[in-house]
Amino acid sequence: MSQSNDLIPPRPAPQSANGILGRIQALAAQGPSHLILSVISYAAMAAMIWLILRWAISPTWTAGSLAECREILQGQHGKACWGVINERWSQLLIGFYPKAEFWRPALAFVLLGLAIFAMLRVNARAMERKLAVIPFVLTPYLLWGGPIWSWVVLFGAACLLLVMNKLLRSTNAKADFAIRIAFIGAAVWLAMNISDALPPSLKDLGLEPVKSREFGGFLLSFLIGLSAILFSLPMGVALALGRTSKLPLLRVVSTGFIEFIRGVPLITLLFIASTLLNIFLPPGTNFDIIVRVIIMVTLFASAYIAEIVRGALAAVPKGQTEGAASLGLNYWQTQRLIILPQALKISIPGIVSTFIAVFKDTTLVSIIGLLDPLGLANNIRADSAWTGIVWEIYGFAALIFFIFCFAMSQYSMWLERQLQTGHR
Amino acid sequence: MKFLRNGAAIALAFAPVSGFADTLEDVQARGQLLCGVNTGLSGFSFTDADGNWTGFDVDMCRAVAAAVLGDADAVEYIPLTGKTRFTALSSGEIDFLSRNTTWTYSRDSDLAANFVGTSYYDGQGFLTRAELGVSSVMDLDGATICIKTGTTTELTLSEFFRSNGMTYEPVPIESDSEAQQQYNAKSCDVFTADASALAANRASFADPDAHVILPEIISKEPLGPAVRHGDDRWHDIVGWTLNALIAAEELGITSENARTLGDTTNSPEIKRLLGVDGDLGAMNGLSATWAQDAIAAVGNYGEIFDRHLGTDTVIGLERGLNAQWFNGGLQYAPPFR
Repeated sequence: MSQSNDLIPPRPAPQSANGILGRIQALAAQGPSHLILSVISYAAMAAMIWLILRWAISPTWTAGSLAECREILQGQHGKACWGVINERWSQLLIGFYPKAEFWRPALAFVLLGLAIFAMLRVNARAMERKLAVIPFVLTPYLLWGGPIWSWVVLFGAACLLLVMNKLLRSTNAKADFAIRIAFIGAAVWLAMNISDALPPSLKDLGLEPVKSREFGGFLLSFLIGLSAILFSLPMGVALALGRTSKLPLLRVVSTGFIEFIRGVPLITLLFIASTLLNIFLPPGTNFDIIVRVIIMVTLFASAYIAEIVRGALAAVPKGQTEGAASLGLNYWQTQRLIILPQALKISIPGIVSTFIAVFKDTTLVSIIGLLDPLGLANNIRADSAWTGIVWEIYGFAALIFFIFCFAMSQYSMWLERQLQTGHR
Repeated sequence: MKFLRNGAAIALAFAPVSGFADTLEDVQARGQLLCGVNTGLSGFSFTDADGNWTGFDVDMCRAVAAAVLGDADAVEYIPLTGKTRFTALSSGEIDFLSRNTTWTYSRDSDLAANFVGTSYYDGQGFLTRAELGVSSVMDLDGATICIKTGTTTELTLSEFFRSNGMTYEPVPIESDSEAQQQYNAKSCDVFTADASALAANRASFADPDAHVILPEIISKEPLGPAVRHGDDRWHDIVGWTLNALIAAEELGITSENARTLGDTTNSPEIKRLLGVDGDLGAMNGLSATWAQDAIAAVGNYGEIFDRHLGTDTVIGLERGLNAQWFNGGLQYAPPFR
């Protein structure tokens, strides 16, 4: 066997399978029916894009009413009237929140975005995760405002509690628990009463208070959606564990709750929040409607999350629990260290789908009179300057919903890839 | 600390309830009137770009706030849908309801709402394309009609057509925007709703003159503010504020001269109404200038109508039934004496 040292003769560059030419050739190779179908689909797509662009590109940004739009367009039909978005975009975003305080929700959501980003990275450092809690504590204060003292007390108490966690770790668990409950109670009491103890000059120090009624537009959707997402995940996991628990009472209560909530449409729960609760509460009490709605949406989402997590728990092989038991881990250690990490990984797509659905379901609150983007759309259209406008407002709302829902679904796919460990 | 107080409120929820306190005292203690309005209805209740509520129904809220608190801006507006309005009223979430609500027997008795009067006489009308050459509802046999589902208009329509031996094909719709789309796409020949809503819809069309509102009004829809059962003084206050606005038009009191007319006029009724003579306000626990404040804030009934619904607005409604009684309308305020 003699080894040849001759060079391989040069060959033409390989045909790209990715370029437009390559694709056309690949299509042509598959026969005429493929080619015809492709041409038709592309033509349809191009026509659709052209129609949308022809509608959207319209020099009406400065118009002050639909009539002015029509004047500008001079009889051209099928053109958008963007003046309404120009005039009302801030209302669609924050509702009746005072415009001078616009920075508060903006800051809150930027901080929250950063925090969520920091928390949701797979390899985030422990310190980053702890710091990321701060925006969540800060957001309610930024949004509602009011005297700062109660929030200072609560925030301080929360920090102290974290320190206490470190100090109290070795002592008796029951006493530890009692101390914490007492501490939280004291902090809450202090927070409620501190403003009475302060001199009047200091009493009202803080951001200007904003009433829940002034919240609207996407601020409302985000607030309800985000709160529901945040609170429903732990609650859903707890419900799933409860439903798979060996304790009969816990199992019955969890199952009953989940089946009740899943058996009832969300809109029914919202009506309970808006009308039924009013009848049970003593007259004159003003139990914030937004908080009522957040509670109901959270309960609703948690039931669905519970079922998704339960399915995932069932998918974790039984050997995992047995292995944990053989290592001497107790129930909570088994769940926290062995079962839940695997189960939650499996359930990511389901959980994120639920979150996306919940976020979109927040538009149902327009039916009980809250002015979310859809409620506001109706309100804006009642202004005689804008009566008759449809696509512009709803399109704007749809675009923003799409951006956030698409981001969520992309995140879930990214997270799945990050957590890919080869098996399963 | 809203959350904490809410928690306390839940805890109190099952404590014994002593019934409603005096609404007037509640409002004065709160310094703000809680007024239930429509989430959005052309001419009646909507917000401008700065988030200020405006409209015919909203001005009723402002008038009552001015009469009770002396400040027309001391109102918190609670947007309500057709489904939530009566619960909001009976549960005390609002002080009174000013939301284009039709005064009917069952609502007045069964739903425990008290209507204080009629602020706007509406009625079901028909909007159709002028090119169809229809001049009367009686020509509509066999027409396709866009109709909002689940409303009294739907029932009135079928009763009307049945009793006149005519047929029609309903095109069910959910909202005004859907109606506009369907009607302009010629899915229906006719759109039926309250005449005021039809006028607002017509005004939004590219070519309003190509559409006509037929002359027949086939139902009575007296819209008015409502209060809770069980607080007669509050009922009187809201009702007489409405009467004061109507009387002000009759007596020639406007938002401009409300502050001065009382001193210059010779009419004893104007003097009584504006609080220059007598003590009408005190009889209801209000200040002497309650009516003066209300009129100065929002104007008399005619001014309110012209500002939001009248022929100078886009909506362009004639006074019709809502004219003063001496002009052939139904607006008639009892004497202030």
